Amino acid sequence: MNALDYVVLLGTILGIALYGMWRTRGRHNLDSYLRGSGDSRWFVVGLSVMATQASAVTFLSTPGQGFASGLGFIQIYFGMPIALIIIAAVFLPIYRRLNVITAYEYLGRRFDTKSRLLGAEIFLLQRGMGAGITIYAPAIVLSTVFGWRLDATIICSGLVVIAYTVSGGSDAVNVTQKYQIGVIFAGMIAACVVLVNKLPAGLGVHDALTLAGGMHKLQAVNFSTDPRERYTLWSGVLGATFLMLAYFGTDQSQVQRYISGASLRESRLGLMFNAVFKIPMQFFILSLGVLLFLFYQFEKPPVYFNQVEWKHRAERGDAGRLQAIETDFTAAHDRERQQLGVWLAARRAGNSAAEAAARAAVSAAHEQVEAVRTQAEMAVDPTGKKKDTDYVFITFILDYLPHGIIGLLVATFFAAALSAKAAELNALGSATTVDFYRHVIRPQASDAHYLAASKWFTVFWGLVSISFALSATLAENLIQAVNIIGSIFYPVMLGLFVVGFFLRRIGGTAVFWGALATQVLIIAFYFCLNISYLWYNLIGCAACVLFSILLQAALGTIARPAKT
Amino acid sequence: MKLPDDKSAGSSGMMPASAVPDERETGLPLLRTWRAVYTCVLVVFAVWIGLLIALSRMFS
Repeated sequence: MNALDYVVLLGTILGIALYGMWRTRGRHNLDSYLRGSGDSRWFVVGLSVMATQASAVTFLSTPGQGFASGLGFIQIYFGMPIALIIIAAVFLPIYRRLNVITAYEYLGRRFDTKSRLLGAEIFLLQRGMGAGITIYAPAIVLSTVFGWRLDATIICSGLVVIAYTVSGGSDAVNVTQKYQIGVIFAGMIAACVVLVNKLPAGLGVHDALTLAGGMHKLQAVNFSTDPRERYTLWSGVLGATFLMLAYFGTDQSQVQRYISGASLRESRLGLMFNAVFKIPMQFFILSLGVLLFLFYQFEKPPVYFNQVEWKHRAERGDAGRLQAIETDFTAAHDRERQQLGVWLAARRAGNSAAEAAARAAVSAAHEQVEAVRTQAEMAVDPTGKKKDTDYVFITFILDYLPHGIIGLLVATFFAAALSAKAAELNALGSATTVDFYRHVIRPQASDAHYLAASKWFTVFWGLVSISFALSATLAENLIQAVNIIGSIFYPVMLGLFVVGFFLRRIGGTAVFWGALATQVLIIAFYFCLNISYLWYNLIGCAACVLFSILLQAALGTIARPAKT
Repeated sequence: MKLPDDKSAGSSGMMPASAVPDERETGLPLLRTWRAVYTCVLVVFAVWIGLLIALSRMFS
């Protein structure tokens, strides 16, 4: 990064943050701090929902996912349109009619305090951990860019995010997110344009698609019915619908965004905006990863993308071994590139027999490249836990993008991190204040007291998420880790709301113990059952409903039908 | 501890669509009911799945 990059980075990030603080000056009463001023139009609601979900993890890690595994990850978003329609039609009118600040207030009104607190606790637990990953992702960027230690980077960037969030509140989150998402789109489009221009001259669109498809990177839809396969059409449409229903319908960080709409119409249209545009947006980001894969077939990539870690390992006495791996990798990559040339020449000559033979040779050469890459990963981390794919996109940015654009892309990651983190911390602080502090501990204090408490709780959760990020040595690609954590806790939360909305005869005690039993079941599934995590969402929600019905029957105290 | 507001609503929160004024009208020129909006979103979703299946099959 040079001076121009720093000007772009600091100008963009600080400019948006300062603008948000200026626009929301003097509006800091409790209601606007927690819920916003309630005048957001559908476009702002839509962008805010999008920006909250799309953290730095999305833009940093998803291209790496596309690079390593192709387009298949897009299937996780197949559940989103269906889920958002259900939320717009059922959940949203109820939240707005009850005028809740947090989604868990609904549980208190429908069931009892213990169900409300259970819902809020589950949210705080899983979102607190998820927020740790939100900090972890931009820390990867910084540690790579500056060569800093990852732990020091996590602490510093986390503290900056806390300061921004505490000063802003929900209103400032809404105001800043629309500009942050603008920076994000500008950065990703700029990266795509540069990447396409850097592909070899003469490589047409059809050639590129054929190469990517031939190396299994364009397998966007998988019809397999094997429940162990992580991303399939069925796990996407069925399992992920429940994941998205839980995330958008019951996670306070999202509920807080769309209940801030000026009316039911604005909130609904904001959700429909996401239902239409989320799949194309993720397709675009995953396609960037596939383009990166193609680019690195013709340009030699580092054998291990996290060069900071690679150099640290070499300095610790493994230099000879790592040098040998690099030599093997260069030879394997040269062979693969050579075979790719033969394949393309055969394609252009229309010689299908030669093309089939060359394609097989490319596959064999690619397997050798991947084998050497695996050796490199094991040399850096013998446990195999560290995933190098999260470093693919940032390595490309630093090595190949012009100055100015580098600053814009780093600003993109920061904008994404700030927008998602601000919403998360704002929601964590709100839920702790409204559902625990005001409801249970100190019910009769003034608004000024709760406003101060909310700010302190926001600081507290910021520190918790930093601690989680420091202890996280993730065995998964970052974007998958976020969804796996969600899939362990969300099913129970969704089950609570589904019982509340649709089963009027179930009371608070039955649903509370049913939810706890379901949480134990899902955690047991996670450790014992080898199925795609997306199925936990469907199974968990169904189990919560079933357990609640059985417990209500066993209690023998069927509640009176609820009045409307 | 249980505060008075906990069961004050005493319902699932369901209410008839007609009770909320802007629940019926979308204000959109072609999609005037919410049912039409949801149908349109589902059609767009189906088109996306179809295109992705076609991409997978053409270049596998």
